[in-house]
Amino acid sequence: MHKPGMISIWFFIGVLLVAYGLLICGAGIYDYVTPPTAPTVLANLHAGIWWGTVILAMGVFYSWRFYPRSK
Amino acid sequence: MTNHLLHLGPIDLIVILLYFVVVIGIGFYLKNYMKTGEDFFLAGRDMTAWIAGLSFVAANLGSLELMGWAAASYQYGILAAHWYWIGAIPAMLFLGIVMMPFYYISKTHSVPGYLRLRFGEGSRAVSAISFALMTVLMSGINMYSMALVMKVVLGWDIHFSIWISSITVAAYVFLGGLLSAIFNEVLQFVLIWLGALLIPILGLVETGGWEGLQQRLTTNLGKTDYTHLWSTLGSFSDNPMGIHWTGIVLGLGFVISFGYWTTDFLVVQRVLAAKDLRSAKMAPIIGASFKMFVPFIVILPGLLGLAVLPEKLVPESVAAVTAGAHSYNEVLPLMLARYCGPGLLGLGITALVAGFMSGMAGNVSAFATVWTYDIYRPLVKKEKPDAHYVSIGRWCTLIGVLVSIGTAYLVMSFQSIMDYVQALFSFFIAPLFGTVILGMLWKRATPAGGLWGLLAGTVSSIGMWAWVKLDPSALQIIALSPKAKDMAENMYRALWSWIICVVITVVVSLVTKPRPDSELKGLVYGCTEIPSESGLTLVQRPIFWAGVVTVVFVVLQVIFW
Repeated sequence: MHKPGMISIWFFIGVLLVAYGLLICGAGIYDYVTPPTAPTVLANLHAGIWWGTVILAMGVFYSWRFYPRSK
Repeated sequence: MTNHLLHLGPIDLIVILLYFVVVIGIGFYLKNYMKTGEDFFLAGRDMTAWIAGLSFVAANLGSLELMGWAAASYQYGILAAHWYWIGAIPAMLFLGIVMMPFYYISKTHSVPGYLRLRFGEGSRAVSAISFALMTVLMSGINMYSMALVMKVVLGWDIHFSIWISSITVAAYVFLGGLLSAIFNEVLQFVLIWLGALLIPILGLVETGGWEGLQQRLTTNLGKTDYTHLWSTLGSFSDNPMGIHWTGIVLGLGFVISFGYWTTDFLVVQRVLAAKDLRSAKMAPIIGASFKMFVPFIVILPGLLGLAVLPEKLVPESVAAVTAGAHSYNEVLPLMLARYCGPGLLGLGITALVAGFMSGMAGNVSAFATVWTYDIYRPLVKKEKPDAHYVSIGRWCTLIGVLVSIGTAYLVMSFQSIMDYVQALFSFFIAPLFGTVILGMLWKRATPAGGLWGLLAGTVSSIGMWAWVKLDPSALQIIALSPKAKDMAENMYRALWSWIICVVITVVVSLVTKPRPDSELKGLVYGCTEIPSESGLTLVQRPIFWAGVVTVVFVVLQVIFW
């Protein structure tokens, strides 16, 4: 799928997921520290924190694995 | 508009904005790699099996697909999963194992292009014009529906949604052609899963797993037929969809599914972009393995909505005239609102927007290819330099988007058009499958047989649809039962039109002169040398993975029988 020098799509995905992971995890931590007045159902599970962490981990992996100069 | 379902915070808006920045950025980045027509229209035929396979599934996984089938599962129960399993998996495997060699070896740019090689210009012209027309119309209808959802769910202005989403898609396909569309479809596929997967996970936690969900449904509905895939299909009156298993197996599982997944250029184009024949064969198999699990993020949320939502959802027509009522189509946004806090909500909305864009980009890139290679080049300007056709393809992208926007506004003014155009789209799929499959597998099929079969199948499909419109009681004749409902009509109409196409093709072929075998090399079974896979190990062979997917598919049918 690559022409010479072309950056992999997985690297773009990785970078975006890192940003999303940080935003979602950060928002989840903020909600944990200052609980909202109208929480969602199962808010006690703090899905934002662990789902954001999963996304961040995926993002870090793809960014590192497909970094343009990694080969 | 203040009466909407969801309220986005700053984090959610940043998540959505970042998505738009990245997809446009990818388009600009890939512009530098678009040199030839092969680059622009077929992504240089350089895609790995994984990229082509994910793009193959993502092009179909539009936002209407996500919300529409979640709504259908709320309405009909797990029967909606048939559209993902029997209605997709066998056809995708058949495309990969049986049909792909002919598409790929013939080096065609498109499905109408294959028809030209096999049956001549007449069949190509019929299929190219109908496909181009239907593609942009469907794209416009999808666009309008998406904008309507954004208005209901988020309170966004309908014109804002239409123009921003369309301009974004137009920009990245214009810049980077099919490669950009495919790259973004892979990105969109990942986001759709990450945005939607949390709903079934948290939903199952809330209901206490699958058994807890079944118990709640039994309690709420007083019946158990919403969680059975096959056991209620023995009679039209035993299931919420009003359909018989023959309609599901023959109409959906055979004709409609095989027609869509093996001949609709919107999806086939992604596989034609694969780098070699093995990748082209593996791509639909990889796609099938992901498609098999899409019900987890589409069907399951609908069932969970039926179990946990306090309000009862109603048909669109009732919701429109009832204050505070929500329609079936809102089940997915309602579930998002139920479980997703800041950030996660933005990701969920991004998943819906990504779904819309992947579907629209698929339509637009397929339209640009078919218009340029199958209408403009043979009928308007032949023998021009490659750069000329790339330029036409780019402008077709913009024109396709503009026509789609026009259609969206047309639908806004005359909503009944939506029903007609969706019906029109279905007219061409079933007969086209009959023509292509006979063309590939029966070397005696002649150009006249192909053309007249395609025309007869299409005209008969339109005729049956008009007959039921004029006389609703005709449904019991077409669908073989007075208890049949609308959904059954689509299945049986497709089946009859396919049979008519095949019969006419066979009869006309038998009385007309066939083409010599030497002209059918690379196009037809029996005249084409398929490259041997003897040098591959078992796990490298596509047929092995098709077998694995088949086993999982059968197991799923048994589990949810």
